[in-house]
Amino acid sequence: MFGKKRVAIVGAGVTLFRRNLKETGKELAYHAAKMALEQAGMELRDIQSVVMGTAPDAFDGVHMKGEYLADGAGAYHKPYTRVFVGGGTGVFAPLAGWWHVASGQFDTCLVVCEEKMSSCHPHPQYAFTTIFDPILERPIGMNLIWIFALEMNRYMHKHNIKKEDIALVSVKNKRNALDNPIAQLAANITVEDVLNSEIMAWPVQRLDVSPTSDGAAATVLVSEDVAKEVTDNPVWIDGVGWCIDSTHWTDRDLYYPDYVEYAARMAYKMAGIKNPPKEIDVAEPYDPFDYKELHHMEGLLLCKKGEAPKLTREGVTQRDGDLPTCPSGGLLGCGNPIAAAGMMKVCEIFWQLRGEAGKRQVPGDPRTGVAQAWGDLMQYGSVIVLRR
Amino acid sequence: MSAKIKHFPGEEIETKDFREGKVLFEAFRPKARYAWSAGIAISRFLEELKNGRIIASTCNKCKRIMVPPRIYCEKCFKPTDGWTFVRDTGVINTFSVSFIAADASRLKEPIVVAIINLDGASEGMGIVHRIEEYGDWRGIKIGMRVKAVWKPPEERVGAITDIKYFKPIKE
Repeated sequence: MFGKKRVAIVGAGVTLFRRNLKETGKELAYHAAKMALEQAGMELRDIQSVVMGTAPDAFDGVHMKGEYLADGAGAYHKPYTRVFVGGGTGVFAPLAGWWHVASGQFDTCLVVCEEKMSSCHPHPQYAFTTIFDPILERPIGMNLIWIFALEMNRYMHKHNIKKEDIALVSVKNKRNALDNPIAQLAANITVEDVLNSEIMAWPVQRLDVSPTSDGAAATVLVSEDVAKEVTDNPVWIDGVGWCIDSTHWTDRDLYYPDYVEYAARMAYKMAGIKNPPKEIDVAEPYDPFDYKELHHMEGLLLCKKGEAPKLTREGVTQRDGDLPTCPSGGLLGCGNPIAAAGMMKVCEIFWQLRGEAGKRQVPGDPRTGVAQAWGDLMQYGSVIVLRR
Repeated sequence: MSAKIKHFPGEEIETKDFREGKVLFEAFRPKARYAWSAGIAISRFLEELKNGRIIASTCNKCKRIMVPPRIYCEKCFKPTDGWTFVRDTGVINTFSVSFIAADASRLKEPIVVAIINLDGASEGMGIVHRIEEYGDWRGIKIGMRVKAVWKPPEERVGAITDIKYFKPIKE
């Protein structure tokens, strides 16, 4: 037993993901939170604590946006915490929710993740330039896509991976998204489409990348006692893990995310998982870029280093394969409202384990799933293991 | 996205609707300006760049020669023990050829950026900088040897841009 109390997810909600949504961030947070409560058969008065996950204030141009979003997240007159670990936020927020309940301090916690990237003009990418070291890196003219390109190139070089194999991830996830009613970029595309798309920062091309998005997602977390009262089919948070690597990113070998492995090992130890590929039925590795899904499958120990492209090529990661990855359509297909995107992955595993995923349902009555997010300067991993 | 949920909230608006003034919005351009202190370790590093040299710091416990230098070793969590110069040559650890600027606007001529593992530093340690004089970008390879091209001494100001770029070399 880790923590004082076992924690279950009993409800989840998510809005549309789109490049521009008319709703404000607060309104999006409200919709996702309300849907999660309705799914749980609960009301705001049943909620004892609220966790908000949302990424850089610079997207919104509203400083301290945790406070700004509080009302929409249902935090009025409640203990409230905003957490932020870059792109890792969407899976870290439910981890923070977990310790609110597992500690015994609260029986219920509403976890809401929101992102509205469309406010930042001309493009929210520019807000990312301020993540780099002001003395040594910004004078070089850094931009966000570079760091992915540098990492992707190193990964391809180390394992002699072809771009064709990486493109298969984009093809798979955008196709999976065709069955997802919230998806922004669902499409039937081919490997050739990816390879012929605009070069952004070699080796990254246009269709290797997820879009920027607006959206929100939420879950309701409760203690075991409450779970038994409100539902017959709770989904348990059986493993949590998180880890950060050094900020000296030019001193690390980017071909492998050690920090994701450490986070995964922490979560698997707690969940009693000894053989991840055998024991995990469905996975939502973080896929803001197609190569990142492969990178993270390896970090999550779902396969050996450098083996993820082979599994993808062989169809193992398709929805009907032995190890379905990103059955939701992932960030590549659904969109990438940063914190909400990670939380969407947690919602998807929740629905998959409850058999509610409709056309996206993976076969074989899945019992155990993992969701993971990643962020900061290629250095943060957050991992959650869910079980029915 | 549960099959039990029939309606997902969200009203989409298109980018052109902003341009055409079809949606109500407020615009704000922040005027915040910053002046950063370079810190103890990086001030020394910048001073040496002005002298045309690259300085690293060393840790006697883990035996690393670290660049960029720091005043503490993050692994051993103790003060670093000394300073040593590394060379202005090295190897491309990884690189990217960028056709986009930081604001996602498109560039006619690409920028090549690389992590360069410097000779004399511990294995895998280096800095990020630009690569030029590479000919056709398709010929750039990981593992390629490169050397710093410095600004003339009178133009150096103690900045990372005192190194103009790195260029491929044959040895």
